[in-house]
Parts: sequence; structure tokens; C-alpha cells
Amino acid sequence: MSVLDSKVPQGPLAEKWVTHKNTINLVNPANKRNIDVIVVGTGLAGGSAAATLAELGYNVKTFCYNDSPRRAHSIAAQGGINAAKNYQGDGDSNFRLFYDTIKGGDYRSREANVHRLAEVSSNIIDQCVAQGVPFAREYGGLLDNRSFGGVLVSRTFYAAGQTGQQLLLGAYSALNRQINRGKVQPFNRHEMLDLVKVDGKARGIIARNLVTGEIERHGAHAVVIASGGYGNVFFLSTNAMGSNVMAAWRTHRRGAYFANPCYTQIHPTCIPVSGEHQSKLTLMSESLRNDGRIWVPKNLEDAKAIREGKKRGVDLKEEDRDYYLERRYPAFGNLVPRDVASRAAKERCDAGYGVNKTGNAVYLDFEASFLRYGKVEALTSGHKDASEAEMIALGKKVIEKKYGNLFDMYRNITDENPYEVPMKIFPAVHYTMGGLWVDYNLQTTVPGCFAAGEANFSDHGANRLGASALMQGLADGYFVLPYTIGDYLANEIRTGEISTETPEFEQAEKDTRARIEKLMNGAGTHSVDYYHKKLGLIMWNKCGMSRNAEDLQSAMDEIKELREDFWKNVKVPGSADTKNQELEKAGRVADFLELGELFAKDALTRDESCGGHFREEYQTPEGEALRDDENFAFVSAWEYNENPRDAKLHKEDLVFENVELKTRSYK
Amino acid sequence: MKLTLKIWRQAGPEAKGKMVTYPLDGVDGDMSFLEMMDILNEELVNKGEEPVEFDHDCREGICGSCNMMINGQPHGPQKLTTTCQLHMRKFNDGDTITIEPWRAAAFPVIKDLIVDRSSFDRIQQAGAYVSVNTSGNTQDANSIPVEKEKADEAFHSATCIGCGACVAACKNASAMLFTSAKVSQYALLPQGEVEATKRVQDMVRQMDIEGFGNCTNTGACMIECPKGIKLENIARMNREYLKAETLS
Repeated sequence: MSVLDSKVPQGPLAEKWVTHKNTINLVNPANKRNIDVIVVGTGLAGGSAAATLAELGYNVKTFCYNDSPRRAHSIAAQGGINAAKNYQGDGDSNFRLFYDTIKGGDYRSREANVHRLAEVSSNIIDQCVAQGVPFAREYGGLLDNRSFGGVLVSRTFYAAGQTGQQLLLGAYSALNRQINRGKVQPFNRHEMLDLVKVDGKARGIIARNLVTGEIERHGAHAVVIASGGYGNVFFLSTNAMGSNVMAAWRTHRRGAYFANPCYTQIHPTCIPVSGEHQSKLTLMSESLRNDGRIWVPKNLEDAKAIREGKKRGVDLKEEDRDYYLERRYPAFGNLVPRDVASRAAKERCDAGYGVNKTGNAVYLDFEASFLRYGKVEALTSGHKDASEAEMIALGKKVIEKKYGNLFDMYRNITDENPYEVPMKIFPAVHYTMGGLWVDYNLQTTVPGCFAAGEANFSDHGANRLGASALMQGLADGYFVLPYTIGDYLANEIRTGEISTETPEFEQAEKDTRARIEKLMNGAGTHSVDYYHKKLGLIMWNKCGMSRNAEDLQSAMDEIKELREDFWKNVKVPGSADTKNQELEKAGRVADFLELGELFAKDALTRDESCGGHFREEYQTPEGEALRDDENFAFVSAWEYNENPRDAKLHKEDLVFENVELKTRSYK
Repeated sequence: MKLTLKIWRQAGPEAKGKMVTYPLDGVDGDMSFLEMMDILNEELVNKGEEPVEFDHDCREGICGSCNMMINGQPHGPQKLTTTCQLHMRKFNDGDTITIEPWRAAAFPVIKDLIVDRSSFDRIQQAGAYVSVNTSGNTQDANSIPVEKEKADEAFHSATCIGCGACVAACKNASAMLFTSAKVSQYALLPQGEVEATKRVQDMVRQMDIEGFGNCTNTGACMIECPKGIKLENIARMNREYLKAETLS
């Protein structure tokens, strides 16, 4: 029976990180030059980690499947990044950010990690500004802030609707500086296919050069997995098409425990599914909920008429609209957390109030804010007797400045002008809170293998609050890992260079080649996408926004069957010694077909509802999530055991000393 | 709708490429251009043929991966749009569509529609950063006030997605719009001023090493840029460069 040692430092919550940093082992700068670190994934977490580790003096190799680290999916994050700066003087503090995050995650995350995240959040903003990240500014030259769901303060820093882009380019610029100095060696268009362990420790990876098909061995004293989440297990999601779980999953297959795979964030404000052909879904930033009001018709016959195209949303009078979030959650209104907003939308659509053809959409309406902003704009520009139409026109300009790119994107995809008619939105798979289990040092259960950002499980619990993913990615990469990895590497200064000419590397390479060969030799009945889409449907229908025991059990069986069929009948054309995107996809889908089953199994064992995990059997009479702290205040950490259904469960009990576990209420 | 696709096929960097014609039926106006390509590829795979390889990832117009020359225009006919955000409703039933990779010596073809854009990375590695440690020991962010207009302008320059459409559109395959957007972002911000001289010199030098051509102020880059990066950036880079060369 293994013991999951979280290694959370003793002492008061607010002093844990400082104490830890003061007592942790350090590596002499002269010795850092002799230590190699591999970073897999170069998004916010991996890119910032690689840059910082190189800055400290380690030799870093980075791996990314794209042609450049600048294309990592972190770039698509829209709304913003949280930091407890309290620049607005509205009562923010480290403790409040910590508390909101713990509560938002439905009390399923580790207190010490979350508090550390809140503590370093301010540093992130300072660091990014110093790097030249062009955040939004007030006219006085100071940084501007906005508010996100689940909180009552404005602590979100942003750069229009492209915050992720600017933060990623900031980290990428730091990475470029280190590449230029020769401290980082980038391996782009490369994919990690296996983790290599020597004497139980992570000592390198097997990677495939995606251009030449060459299988390469890379040795290092430590390996950092920062490869993002596994939302693409659903096929349709807001993730980039290439986002995959391979690096994390192959690490899991080599012994790293996989934690909380069933925690998925379904984001409430995405563009609804339009048809069968669709390859992915597009998010509309949560920041829109600051200014948009969400509603459906009050009367079923209006909803029906809208679906049939006989009426339009704009035709409905104010009293015929049901602003259901404002009605149900008066304190937080449209800014309730994502899991709450998503379920509320599903509830209304299930009840027959949906407003698009499929009945799976609600309105996100900016009418009120056009007028509100226009009024202020008219007054401040000396236009004291503006008409309502003039004010609305002015207000539209204000909204355009704030969210212009999002409105353009919506228009492009849907062919509807959101300045004239309300947007239609529906929940979609967005982020995965589960990931590789890590201790306080971000080390997985494989010594020398670390996990950062969305690839680990640690900070968001069962639900992630908006603007926290960017925060965690950069916190892990810039400010946590560079300290904690030193504690491990301090014992590696006498190890010497890691040779890749060892039986362990040879075996791992052999295994990798065998797996590729098996994929290339399928009977050739169906394409990779055929299997991926089938898996996605099972996941969405049975492991999606709400789950029940019966569905989860059948999902496990169906996925197992699909996986067996995949290995027999998948068709991968071309060869393995050249660029071959079908082969790349096949390897990824093979992993999703394993992860999907573990996902369902994890969901099945958790007999409670919490955050992104809503089990129909466990709900309050009002339809809210019913948590069971007595029996389920733990992290599920799964040990690989050939078949996903035979994975062994280890529990890390979550201890709450600083917050009281209360029913989450946003009323 | 029914389409005829003429697509550039090239097995590898050294292989000889050619245009191949593919008929495609059942295309829906709500599909994105890349989703239309997915359908073609699904058909090819089902027939046991190799699918057309193309770069793509976020499909939200922000990662900058997609890079197709569509009927001779980078990212196709729609203004301010990447290929992934171009929808088939912009085309008509019966259309013939020509699809090629970016055409520039500094962007060699890897396979089919995929080109190697690592020259862009090397231009940035030459100096598109502020030489500040990633240590966290920086001053409070609000101690560096930035005029709102300047911050907005710097942001606008920084929104370049590095897709390479500017190069593909230019008769000289010049990378001036891309490079100048990077130079501008830092030139406009106080954080970037300190090493402005060295930055612009290093980046311009790297741009030449990579084999990109010169700017002749034709403006095709700006017209085809999916993010609306402005020509003013080039003017700013030229000013910065002239200043740097005169002063150093």
C-alpha cells in the first residue's frame, strides 16, 4: 500500500511557502551548469518554467508538437489572469483569492497549494509587466482590472480578449532570450512518446521528430511535464485540435499516479454546436458576463416560436424574459462560477426554453450595457442631450473596445451580428482539473518527474474559477517549480551526464517502435477520427455535464469495446518515417481511449456531486450539487495497472484547517 | 455544395510537388475552410490514400498555425480572417478553389501545405524580448505607468499571430511587417526602451540572414494580414533602425 505524501510543510498557512523556500535544498550555480532538465510542453507553464530554469543556470531542452512554442494553446485564453493586488481597493487580499479558489473548487483542492498560488499571484503581474506584456491600462497609466465569475472583487488583469496570447508571448520572449543565450535547446515539431526511468527515477524521454519520423532518445536529470489538459477526450471541446494527453498519459503508464480524471470544466459561454461537420467549439470569454445578461424566454410558446424562426429574441419584451441566473443567484447574478452557470443553462434548455434550432442555446445579451455605457460616454464627452439611439451607438463603441475581437469572432462563425441581436451560447468542454498527481513540490509519484500547469491536478479542485488557469500556469513555471526542483536536483550534482545508451532507453525505444508499428498495421476499416468522434459522443452523453452510475458503467464497457476495435481496425495511411499527421492523431486517440475509461471509473467511484462532477443521484431539492465531505474529501490518485478498469485507487485525504467546509452558495 | 479543389501535393522537402485535383461534395456553408479540408481528408483516408497535410491547431484564429494560399490569397478572400475562421458560405456551389502553401524561400515546404516558419522564431530570438530576469524580484507593476494610448498601440502591434501571411503576400517575400510589429511593441513601452538600439539592429540583421526580401511599401502585407497589423509599424521600425545606425 503506497502512501501519498503531499509534503505540505508544517506551520501556519500563510508561512508555509516562505518557510519551505527558506529550508529547501539549493544547487550551487556552478553545479547547475552540469544539470540537464527536459521540459515537455511550452505553453504558459512549460515555457515559463524552461525560461526560468535556464535563467537559473540549468541546461534545458524543450519539446513541443507545434512548429513554435508561440502556438501553444495557452495563446487562446481570452479573459484574464487573477492576482490579489487590491489595486482597486475593493477588499482583495491573498486570503480572499485563496478562499474564493478553494470555495470555487468545491473544497476538493489542497489548501497549501492554493494559498501559495494566491501569494505568488502578485509577483506574476510584476514579472509580466517587466517583460513588456501590454496589459490594459487606465487613462492615468495604471493597470486596469475586471471581474470574473465566483468572486466579488475586480482582480483580473487583462489585455482585451487576448490575455492568454500576450502572457504566452511574454513567456515565449523570455524563452527566446534563453535560446539566444544557448541555455535552452528547443525541439519543436517533436512529441514525447515515453518516459524513461532508470533505478526508479525519471531520466529522460523518447520523442518522435514529427517531420522526419525519427525516434530520438533524450536524457536528463529531471523531466517536467507541462503538456496541458485532456479535454479533447470529448472530441468536441474548446481545446486546440492537437492538444492531447500523451505526455501525461505515457508518464502515468510508467508509474505516475493520475489524479481526479473525472473533474472537467464545462464552460458556460461557448458558441453552440451547429452541425455534424464540426471539429471544435469556440469559447466566448467569461469576461463577457461582466456586461452581458443571460436569459431565455419566460414562456414556452415564445421559446418554441424562436426555435421555429417565427420570432426573434429582440422581439421579446423585458417582462417576457427570464434572467434565470439573476433570479436564482441574486448575490452573484451572471457572475456565478462556471459549473453553476453551465448547469443552470442545461436545466433551462432541458426544460424546453432553448433558443436555437437544436434547443441547446441561451441568450447572452448586451442591450442593457450598450445603453449604460453610452450614457456615461455621452456625458463625459460633453454630449449632454444625446438621444437613446445616439447613446446606444456610443455604447456599442465602448463594448467594441472592450471585446471587439470576441464579437468579430462570433460574427464570423455564426454569421450573426452580435451588436444587433443577442449572442447564443451553450456550455462546452473547456478545461480539465484532473491531471498527474503531484506533491507540494510539483513532483509526481515518479522521482525526478514533475508536472506543471493544467497537466497536474493540484490547484483547482473540482472546478476552476475563471482567470485562474493562466495564473496557475505561470505560478508553477516562474515561481514554484524553479524553487522546488532544486530540492530534488541538489542530490543530483554528482550523478554526471545521463547516458541514453542504456538498457532502459533501449527498452523504452523498442516499446515505442512496437506501438507505432501496431498502429500502422491495423486492418484498415476506419479512420482515426471515426474512433475519436465515437469516443467523444460516449464521453459527452455519459460523462458530460451530469452523470449517473448506470451511464458511467456502460460508458466504461463501451469505451473498452471501442478501444479493442481501434487496435484491430484502425486505418493509418502513409509511413512512419515521414511527417504523418494521421499517425500522430492515432497515437493520441489510443491514449484517449484509455484515459476515457479511467475517467468514467473515477466518476463512478465518487458518489457525490462536486464542482464539475455532477452526479444526478446526489443533488439538493433545488437541483444544486450535493457534496459528501464525510466520505469524499479526498483526491483520487490512480495507479496504472494495464487495463484502466484495473487501475488501483489511492486516496490523499484533504485536510482543511483554515476554511470551514460549507455548502457552496452564490445566492 | 459541390467544389473542385486544386491542391498542392509535395511528399517532402526534396520531392517535386504538383497540383492535384479533387472533387468534393456535401460541403455546408457553416463549415470552416479547415473543416471542409477535414472532410476531404476523411474521404482520402477511407480510400486508403494519404490525406493532405496542413498546419492547424486552435481553430479560433489566434494560434497562427493555419497558412493556406487560397485562390492566390493568403488565408483566402475574406478580410481580417485566418483560414480556420474562413467559412464556406463565402464560396459558391460549383466553385473551383486553388490551395497552395505559403510561397517564400525563407519558408521551405515540409510536406503538402506545411511550411517551415522557424525563420520567424530566429528573428525573435535575435532580440524580441526585454532582458529581464524571470526571478520575480521585479518592481511593483504600477510603478511603471504607461500612457493608455501607447499601451493600446503596443498591444495592437503585439497581437501579430506570426502566421506569415505578410511574407506570402509580398512580392519580395519580405518579413518587415512581422518584424516591425515586434520591434514596435517594445519601442512603444518604457520597459523596451533601454535596449532598443541593439534590438532593432539584431532583428533586422537576422531578417536579412534568413533570406527575406526588402519592403517596397506596396502594402499587400497589411491588406492580407488577418490581424490588421498596420504599415505604421514598418515606418516605426525604419525610424528605430535609422536612429540606431546613426547613434551607434
